[in-house]
Amino acid sequence: MEAVTNNVYHDKVVIRLIQFSIVWALAAMGAGVYISAELIWPGIDFGQFWLSFGRLRPLHTNGIIFGFGVSALMATAFYSVQRTSHVPLFAPKLAWFCCYAWQLLVLTGGLSLLAGWNTSKEYAELEWPFDIVIAVIWVCFGVVFFGTIATRKIKPIYISNWFYGALIIVIAMLHIVNNLAIPVSIGKSYSLYAGAQDAVVQWWYGHNAVGFLLTGGFLGMMYYFLPKHAERPIWSYRLSVVAFWAFTYSYIWAGPHHLHYNSIPEWVQSLGMVMSIVLLAPSWATLINGVMTVSTAWEKLRTDPALKFIVLSLAFYGLATFEGPMMSLRSVNVVSHFTDWTIGHVHSGALGWNAMITYGTFYFMVPRLVGRELHSVRLANIHFWLALAGTMLYIVSMWAAGVSQGLLWLSVDNIGELSFSFKDIMASMAPYYGLRLVAGLIFLSGTALMAFNLFMTLKGQHATRVSVPAVDPAYGVS
Amino acid sequence: MSGLSLHKKIEENAGLLIFGILFVSAIGGLVQILPILNQDSLSTATENTRVYSAVELTGRDIYIREGCSVCHSQQVRPLIAEVERYGAYSRAGEFVYDRPFLWGSKRTGPDLHRVGGKFSDDWHRIHLIDPRSVVEASIMPAYPWLADRDASDTGNISAKLSALRILGHPYSDEDIDNADADLQGIKEIDALIAYLQMLGTGYSEGDSS
Ligand code: HEC
Ligand code: HEM
Ligand code: HEM
Repeated sequence: MEAVTNNVYHDKVVIRLIQFSIVWALAAMGAGVYISAELIWPGIDFGQFWLSFGRLRPLHTNGIIFGFGVSALMATAFYSVQRTSHVPLFAPKLAWFCCYAWQLLVLTGGLSLLAGWNTSKEYAELEWPFDIVIAVIWVCFGVVFFGTIATRKIKPIYISNWFYGALIIVIAMLHIVNNLAIPVSIGKSYSLYAGAQDAVVQWWYGHNAVGFLLTGGFLGMMYYFLPKHAERPIWSYRLSVVAFWAFTYSYIWAGPHHLHYNSIPEWVQSLGMVMSIVLLAPSWATLINGVMTVSTAWEKLRTDPALKFIVLSLAFYGLATFEGPMMSLRSVNVVSHFTDWTIGHVHSGALGWNAMITYGTFYFMVPRLVGRELHSVRLANIHFWLALAGTMLYIVSMWAAGVSQGLLWLSVDNIGELSFSFKDIMASMAPYYGLRLVAGLIFLSGTALMAFNLFMTLKGQHATRVSVPAVDPAYGVS
Repeated sequence: MSGLSLHKKIEENAGLLIFGILFVSAIGGLVQILPILNQDSLSTATENTRVYSAVELTGRDIYIREGCSVCHSQQVRPLIAEVERYGAYSRAGEFVYDRPFLWGSKRTGPDLHRVGGKFSDDWHRIHLIDPRSVVEASIMPAYPWLADRDASDTGNISAKLSALRILGHPYSDEDIDNADADLQGIKEIDALIAYLQMLGTGYSEGDSS
């Protein structure tokens, strides 16, 4: 550690990205709470087109995934790639460009959704001008990230960087192929694919956006921050390597489980189903690796809210990646498809895994970035319980809603007549939607506590200058 | 070279790692998507499936703009209860002029693929402007603004038809020339209803496939 170079890490851009990420979390979860309420009191859009459920819902999903999620992924990628490569960011100005250009994109893209510019392809709702901007920023993100790796001082490329790398490469591929379209005006285009073919392309995209962004990208976070925090190396490096390639290979095949019993050929559905079951293995291998890594650091779990968030997020990761393969079975999907069960599954991953691990890494990074203690550990602990309670209530209410919807819709009496009308089933959902609204409010209030806590921690502080440490010759680039 | 030393190479070479990821992740997509894109039966219309008229297409674009598809699927699965509730199950050939597809992933409201002809135009009009005036407990949003806006303001309809023609939809020069005139004097809600009324009419019992 003595031979300190005069290079320092570029951390200001990390702080800025964290701040933006939190702002989007509040805004997009706020939208989530609002649309939860609209499903109970449909009148609260007050006849305003931009408050209408059909427009606010894409705003919620895009705001969360692209605003909160991608900003957090950029922040943690920039933070960890420097520290695992022992060099400052490559092209720091470009990193700043990524940071601000992305925020502008999320903001204007969000407004365009409210204006009704909407391709209607899930998680690819933004229209073609935005798609082009996304592609450009994404390439810049790739240049900064891989540039840093290319100039690294440590010879092996650490496993977290593989996941971030897969995020950048695979999302670029999916994004470009799925969004190919013929524009007719600035806010409208027609997909290059039609009907059943469009459906298969879209869910190849949709499932793998989940796979390589919401799962793979966040696994990058896990592989860096969990060992760092537990102050132990990852339990089995070899397992992480095997799991990485198995994950990257098999995820791509699973998209058709979104189209069971739909008008696409059977063989595609079956293939999607089988590969979804296969996916359980790499998913859980990673889970085991994470859990074993902390298994000797339990005492830290009692005292450290950041680590608590990360470990709990792993539990929900395990839950979502177990539930997912089960829902991929045609016999289960026949009940779950189109129902709130899917919504429950989504949010067990989204709240329990994505949001919680992000909160954990933010609580970890922010005090280190400014070189002072977290403003309040007590508040962070309260946040932890709010997040857990909110997530559990959300999932349980949606499971109950989804399973009953699924079964009641399919129920026929012994002469083949439907047992229940759609409208009666719809009307019986109100209590579940009420619980979900409460769950959302609890989760959102926890997030607001974190925003306050981190704001107080950052207030008046500057990024500490962290020098790049010298490299152990055993690992150095010769 | 043993697997392990190959892997050491990848682990220490960013270029190889990038290539490896691209290669490994592309396989699944290629094996699934290329055959699907080349399968003619998925892009061959059923007997009664025709392109959307200028008015219907405008209605469809309004349906997309308002996000009706986040609550309504357009995909009747081949299950007894579903066929009973909604009608004949959906065939791939009925969607060949759908860009994008609108099958949906969530049924907060009922499936709409076979809704064409199920209700009168007037019912739709009242329901869209105020759903709760016809279905008391409905949680569907109201769309009062659709009754005020002119359908012709929704977008350049002849440009839309021309773009779709490039993609292979059989519109004639005449269709394109008359498109603007077709939208004169009607409101957005009329176009949307025209679209709803033609939904699912591309198939009738007894058709082959
Ligand atoms: C918040 C979700 C939601 C959105 C968004 C939504 N609907 Fe609905 N829709 C429902 C529900 C719930 C019902 C069942 C109760 C009723 O008939 O009002 C329904 C019923 C319908 C029906 C009657 C179907 C039947 O067979 O009974 C039609 C037609 C319809 N909606 C059209 C639309 C159109 C067109 C749009 C977009 C402009 C739209 N809906 C947007 C939830 C929604
Ligand atoms: C092995 C892992 C997983 C498998 C096999 C899997 C499988 C599935 C299945 C079968 C569906 C339902 C599709 C339908 O019926 O419409 C679904 C939906 C979904 N899953 Fe997963 N899942 C997995 C993990 C995750 C994780 C970790 C997340 C993280 C957030 C996630 C997010 C989603 C989302 C957002 C949807 C909804 C898509 C939509 O309809 O809009 N999944 N998944
Ligand atoms: C305060 C917390 C949240 C609340 C109250 C909330 C609420 C909602 C609601 C009401 C819906 C629409 C469900 C429907 O149409 O029936 C939805 C959809 C969705 N939300 Fe959230 N949400 C929250 C947080 C999140 C987070 C953190 C993420 C992602 C990381 C997320 C991702 C999604 C996705 C992907 C969908 C679409 C699911 C699908 O199409 O199947 N949400 N949310």
